Amino acid sequence: MSEESSTSLRAVVEELYRTQSRQVLATLIRLLGDFDAAEEALHEAFTVAVEQWEREGIPANPRAWLVSTGRFKAIDGMRHRARFDASLEELARQLETASVSLDAESFDGPSVEDDRLRLIFTCCHPALTPEAQIAMTMREVCGLTTEEIARAFLTKPATIAQRIVRAKSKIRDARIPYEVPPQSELPARLDAVLRVVYLVFNEGYSASSGNAVTRQDLSGEAIRLARVLVQLLPDPETIGLLALLLLQDSRRDARVSESGDVILLEDQDRTRWNREFVAEGAALVQQAFSMGEVGPYAIQSAIASIHAQAADAAATDWRRIVELYDLLLQAESSPVVELNRAVAVAMLDGPAAGLTLIDGLLARGELKTYHLVHAARADLCRRLGQTEEARRAYEQALSLTRQGPERRFLERRLLGLTGQGS
Amino acid sequence: MKYLCLVYMEEKHLHAMPQAERVALSDESMAYCEALTKQGELLSASPLHPVDTATTVRVRNGKVAATDGPFAETKEQLAGYLLIHVRDLNDALRVAAKFPGARYGSIEVRPIKEGGCA
Repeated sequence: MSEESSTSLRAVVEELYRTQSRQVLATLIRLLGDFDAAEEALHEAFTVAVEQWEREGIPANPRAWLVSTGRFKAIDGMRHRARFDASLEELARQLETASVSLDAESFDGPSVEDDRLRLIFTCCHPALTPEAQIAMTMREVCGLTTEEIARAFLTKPATIAQRIVRAKSKIRDARIPYEVPPQSELPARLDAVLRVVYLVFNEGYSASSGNAVTRQDLSGEAIRLARVLVQLLPDPETIGLLALLLLQDSRRDARVSESGDVILLEDQDRTRWNREFVAEGAALVQQAFSMGEVGPYAIQSAIASIHAQAADAAATDWRRIVELYDLLLQAESSPVVELNRAVAVAMLDGPAAGLTLIDGLLARGELKTYHLVHAARADLCRRLGQTEEARRAYEQALSLTRQGPERRFLERRLLGLTGQGS
Repeated sequence: MKYLCLVYMEEKHLHAMPQAERVALSDESMAYCEALTKQGELLSASPLHPVDTATTVRVRNGKVAATDGPFAETKEQLAGYLLIHVRDLNDALRVAAKFPGARYGSIEVRPIKEGGCA
């Protein structure tokens, strides 16, 4: 083979690894019943591919070839090690006979798509801690390295590695099955999966500490994962989640100034919103709502879609937004949703109406340590000309957040109050 | 795969329960266990004596230390167990979730390590 074709083969294999390695892995986990064995088999299969395809050309169905080669290598490796551990011989025989009926169809049919779902549901199994679910999903489903995950979550690679090792032992020892849950359990289990995707997105969209407000890679991964889910399970909530992520992400460039400061929705330059994402998100919202009963993600995406399509804050359909918040509270009551509703009510009926609702929340003892309650309260007091009360609330908000850009925003608002005089 | 389902409840809630309700709960639990036995999934089940009768044994540096009480101080106490034999953790969780005690307390599901002794 010439040097040129060898380079192009390498490019083909790299492309295959990028686009197919997660699917191959998902099928190998099913066939081998073990995450570590499957990962090893995956890498062996790609190594053999680079050598063998150079001599024999690229097979007609590269993915099926990779799965069958990986499986063969794993069983072969087990046989080899069986010389030191007799129990492996039995396991190797079981694996071999269990899969004799496998033909190309099993390596490349609809069951392969099921394997990706099996992998997602196993990584997001409620018997794993939420941190472990996220780490497993990023590692196994998205294919990020331990170092990449650690960097994204501002933690040490050893911490992430330990979470993954523990999760894999629990999957093996407690025998968490590699399966898509039955229909009766699907809604609850899907919730857990969607929550992981949403957490990953949020981690990328607003870092909980430090100076970078956006960590684009993570949000991009979450959107990619949501796309896979929509393709595999086109449920209104899955579609709603993808819509929500796209609509939130469409504001990425407009929500932070060049100096890294937060810009509120009402002050954002809407020409900088990603129109492609807005259009795709809005279409998905329509699709989700046309399918019947909607859940929290679809409702939130509908709210985001109204914001995204309004020319400015004044032209926003606040009445519809308040209605949607009412719907959201029915689906999932939470003080944070109540806070958001109060802010929308302030836009519809004036700051005093919103302030009454927020004071009611605080009187119930809810969200006392949530900086955004105090920031929202401060803003409404400021609009009502209650400068002293606004100052106290901004200071309270400042004492509750560590995030650099948020702090600078609140400090600017405080300074603005001084400018107004009291 | 075998799993031990540990049923945790607040004893004072149980004691405070009206007699009729307690009897109904006990009947429902027994009926469920009978059904599980028929399905071949239940190996053994038993309620436990109240937590005052519990003793935790630890050996440290070769010395045996027996302490009064359960292994962890929580509001809920270990009230009973079911030893079940099912396919995997999902089935074990399904069985545990249907046990009436799950509505009143918590059930800890622990995989049994095969080939060991306690």
